[in-house]
Amino acid sequence: MAMQFYASPEQVQRDRSEYARKGIARGRSAVVLTYEGGILLVAENITTLRKISEIYDKIAFAAVGRYNEFEALRRGGVRMADMVGLSYDRRDVTARALANTYTQTLGAIFSETQKPYEVEICVAQVGASPEADELYRITYDGSVMDEPGFMAMGGQAEAIAGVLRDRHDASAELTSALTLAAEALGSVGGENGQTRTLTPKQLEVAVLDRRRPGRAFRRLAGPALTTLLGHESVPEADLGDVDAAPPAPAEAKPTISAASEDTE
Amino acid sequence: MATGFDPSGRLPDFFTSTGTSSFTQFLSQAAPELLPGRRPLPPGLSADIAPHGTTIIAIATAEGVVMAGDRRATMGNLIASRDIKKVHPADAYSLIGIAGTAGIGIELIRLFQVELEHYEKIEGAMLSLDGKANRLASMVRGNLGAAMQGLAVVPLFAGFDLTPGDVTRAGRIFSFDVAGGLYEETGYEAIGSGSLFAKSALKKRYRPGVSTEDAITLAVEALYDAADDDTATGGPDVIRKIYPVVMTATAAGTHRLSDEEITTVAERVVAGRTENPGG
Repeated sequence: MAMQFYASPEQVQRDRSEYARKGIARGRSAVVLTYEGGILLVAENITTLRKISEIYDKIAFAAVGRYNEFEALRRGGVRMADMVGLSYDRRDVTARALANTYTQTLGAIFSETQKPYEVEICVAQVGASPEADELYRITYDGSVMDEPGFMAMGGQAEAIAGVLRDRHDASAELTSALTLAAEALGSVGGENGQTRTLTPKQLEVAVLDRRRPGRAFRRLAGPALTTLLGHESVPEADLGDVDAAPPAPAEAKPTISAASEDTE
Repeated sequence: MATGFDPSGRLPDFFTSTGTSSFTQFLSQAAPELLPGRRPLPPGLSADIAPHGTTIIAIATAEGVVMAGDRRATMGNLIASRDIKKVHPADAYSLIGIAGTAGIGIELIRLFQVELEHYEKIEGAMLSLDGKANRLASMVRGNLGAAMQGLAVVPLFAGFDLTPGDVTRAGRIFSFDVAGGLYEETGYEAIGSGSLFAKSALKKRYRPGVSTEDAITLAVEALYDAADDDTATGGPDVIRKIYPVVMTATAAGTHRLSDEEITTVAERVVAGRTENPGG
């Protein structure tokens, strides 16, 4: 008969934490920061599998870690937001309620199941001014933090957050906020501690536009992003393991809706 | 917390399961009471208990589609509302109008809007125009029980097709019957009690490839004709400045004509009819 070894609850929690942290640290990072015109979400991502997406009118979701796990959380968030918005009103969907649900969900998974989720997520809600913006960081164990205007997630998040802390300015323009985000993400991961210069194709970028009525979420990609980053086009060969990426979805389909300002 | 949530505050399993990209299908699991068509109705005919909306017109143009609806809702012989809005954007490129029981129609529109937006968010891409129309047809079908008891609602759906099979027909119109039948229309279509008169007016005036601007005037004229002969359709109310809701869907997205724009068109139509009541 197999022996059941005793493991103290502290030990079990520590092991799970370490497991989750290691899983998260393997992936590429993401940053979220406020700027004058809204909230900027930038993830280092060369695939077409999204790390950043829209949840509701003023709410976006960014995640790092294991894709299948945060994708399930994202779907759950969209479903919850749409259900609350339908049964009450569009204005009654808030990032805080969503963050609360995520923290309960991740907390339960962490303490009750064998394997914790290896994810770290951000729920961002854009307000009328940078002071009214809300950024919630929810980690694998269900702890939630209300971040002050900027945050970094993923491998070497501390170092990236350090760059953001020094230079973040809530009254900055989109161009400078984007430059800061790209430089912060590039400040780690280079050979011998060198910084890297990230190209537009290595970044997944979206904004929650403060001034846009209705659905504020907007992706920035292609020529628009290249222009904003001040880059010229870069040859495919410099992009690293592009082969891992699945085929691109039909780019011609706009995924942004302009209608919700008069949608009731 | 909304209905369907675990008391612990965490997301129940069916929220995070891969499941479906359809919001209505999800609701049937999470909160079936939010879906129309599932409520038990007392027996008997209950047609006159709630306001009814009437005439909606859609016209295909060179650039896309125009949809217009009058502003009246009736309850038997009474006018229940003078300024109801029966034409709405379904999403960024399509429009929906309703005729029939107003309450059920408005609920159908809200649910359909969420359905399209939900799919777009979950999948990261829009449904095709045909996909949207099919989805709406199945939602109308769900209301068949209530329709047989007098609470019928029929939508009119039109939109700009981003990936059309035929580039000359980017603006497309779909009509429905109470049983959920889906029919693609050519040129123009009208629904509601005044539709007979509106379609007769359009039959004589519509030309394929009409410009959006001309189609807007055509739609207001047709609604005038409908209101002329149908008591349940409201004509232009020059006293209160209440004019039809007119929306367009083109490559630039949906657009609702501003009060000033529609006032100009409606006043011109009224002036024309003052000269010649037959138009």
